[in-house]
Amino acid sequence: MMMKSKTRKIRWSFIIFFIPVAVWLFLLIVLPHLELLRISFTSTGSDGYTLVNYKAFFTEPIYWLTFVRTALYSIFVTAIVLAISLPVAFYITKVVKVKAQGLLMVLILVPFWVSELIRVYGWMILLRESGVLNQFLVKIGVFNQPIELLYNDITMIMGLVYTSMLFMIVPIIGVLGSLDDALIEAAHDLGAKKLAIWKEIIIPYSMPGIMSGSIIVFMLVLGSYLTPKLMGGKNSLWFTEQIYNQIIVYFNWEQGSAFGFLLLLLSSMIIWVALKLTKQSFSEVIK
Amino acid sequence: MQIALSVKELTKQFGDFTAVDNLTFDVEDGKFFSILGPSGCGKTTLLRMIAGFYKPTKGSLEIQGKDMLGIEPNKRPVNLVFQSLALFPMMNVFENIAFGLKRRGEKGQGIINKVNNMLERVGLPDSGPKKINQLSGGQKQRIAIARALVLEPTVLLLDEPLGALDAKLREHMKVELKKLQVKVGTTFVYITHDQSEAMVMSDSVAVMNKGHFEQLDTPQNLYNNPSSSFVAQFVGENNKFGVDLKKDESGKFFGATKNGGLYSLADSFKLQDSVSFDMFVRPEAIMINPVNPKPEFNVINADVKAILFDGGNSRLLVTPEKTDEEIIVSLPQNRQFDFIKAKDNIKIGWDPAAAVCFDQTEDKIYDDEI
Repeated sequence: MMMKSKTRKIRWSFIIFFIPVAVWLFLLIVLPHLELLRISFTSTGSDGYTLVNYKAFFTEPIYWLTFVRTALYSIFVTAIVLAISLPVAFYITKVVKVKAQGLLMVLILVPFWVSELIRVYGWMILLRESGVLNQFLVKIGVFNQPIELLYNDITMIMGLVYTSMLFMIVPIIGVLGSLDDALIEAAHDLGAKKLAIWKEIIIPYSMPGIMSGSIIVFMLVLGSYLTPKLMGGKNSLWFTEQIYNQIIVYFNWEQGSAFGFLLLLLSSMIIWVALKLTKQSFSEVIK
Repeated sequence: MQIALSVKELTKQFGDFTAVDNLTFDVEDGKFFSILGPSGCGKTTLLRMIAGFYKPTKGSLEIQGKDMLGIEPNKRPVNLVFQSLALFPMMNVFENIAFGLKRRGEKGQGIINKVNNMLERVGLPDSGPKKINQLSGGQKQRIAIARALVLEPTVLLLDEPLGALDAKLREHMKVELKKLQVKVGTTFVYITHDQSEAMVMSDSVAVMNKGHFEQLDTPQNLYNNPSSSFVAQFVGENNKFGVDLKKDESGKFFGATKNGGLYSLADSFKLQDSVSFDMFVRPEAIMINPVNPKPEFNVINADVKAILFDGGNSRLLVTPEKTDEEIIVSLPQNRQFDFIKAKDNIKIGWDPAAAVCFDQTEDKIYDDEI
């Protein structure tokens, strides 16, 4: 009897606290998506439901090529962010003194207090033809005349790496913080060289952090709009721009929502494959 | 006998602080050597220098005649069992033990044979596929030792590996570890702050204090003939009396404590020059109600303040009459003294030859000591 009443109590309190979350999720996330999903199966030209919007994605190379390009670039950006973040996170958690750790964390956080738009404009001021970097390089004689450094893929990738770095460093610092220094010393003592210590101890240990960081960064980059739009060139079309164009420019909500769902579906698939490949479980990663 | 580890004038300084101060000692091959000292005495620093994690400020370090200075930890023929054990949580037991062998470039069946052999030796066959968090404390202990021993190091270093275990298991592991060392014949260098661990397992023990060795001797000698006030306090239990020297008409020496006690001393001390010194009497050297004591015995009437019952290690806390002193007397549990109750008045006595004296020193083993 006691047990029963206790579980009932817990359940009630759970429901009370869960209702606002559920309502919020349902009204703002589920409901609009259901509507978008419905729209994506309709067409202005005909009544009833149709797959024509989804078919357009696979038949028009411009659409699926943009997606492949976006996905590949996102994976590439994630890899670069990871390659930079791992040593940085290791340096902050294991190399510097405890006092300096807080300061370094603040230094990483500070740029993110400024909105993404301002940060991108900051880059543009630095890199544009009449920008700071060009003036400097011309003055010291590297270039004869200013060169346009903006509006190409390399600049865009750099911008994306910069804007998503924090979301990789923080989860990796989280796991590395709990890595006992003795593990690294033990590996060293048992004959491991630096490379083997990274490969066998540090990276496997920080795998949950690496994966959750990678998922966040990949999703952020894949779904980013501002940075590719402002820093990328005419040819560096991002898939989110396709969605924007369909909905805002062509006022083709049906096509736009179909693209939106394809983006959601395909990116989820990429993450699923990545988790399978690295043998990580999703529940472990989101901890 | 071959020398496994030879340390000469080894010094390590951290800024102004000297952690290890000009140490010189040899460890013979196949011996169980312990370094015993309170926390902060520099024993871990010494061990980490032997393992190669710290560079000595000065001095030399040889393992089987080979100079070890400038050689990285992964190239030294020593392995360290960490205080936290440092088993790799992302690997299973087999992979943990095979880690060092793989780093050496060994392959396939050779690794499997060696690991299984080692698991058998530490008494955990078939636990290869187990995860580290499935092991009990004692099993983790043995896996950590197996992981180091499988590499057949010249010297195995152990950094208080029993510290995290509960008391009962620690007692058990002491015996296990000693048996294992005899079986494998590897030289063990073991550091601990627990004098019982050091005494039970070791062939010889170095008592370390403030970066230097106070005494390096067999456990028996450390206990019976401590060479300094520190060793007398740190090894085994001891009653400490701060005494002033007094001489009576017949030329006999007495030690007078500040609290009013007056105890006769054996002639052999030769402490005529010292005015103040510390006198130590072990609780187990003091007899309760001595029958037919020798004439030179210190026999005192004392009040029992408390009975500190602890099974075979039971003791009495007594105060000699007309003093404020407190003396710990061991209380044998052979039912002979069951009649003693708190606040009783009893006689205690000891042979002055069983007491040892040293010049008074200021240092305290623990800060909260009175």
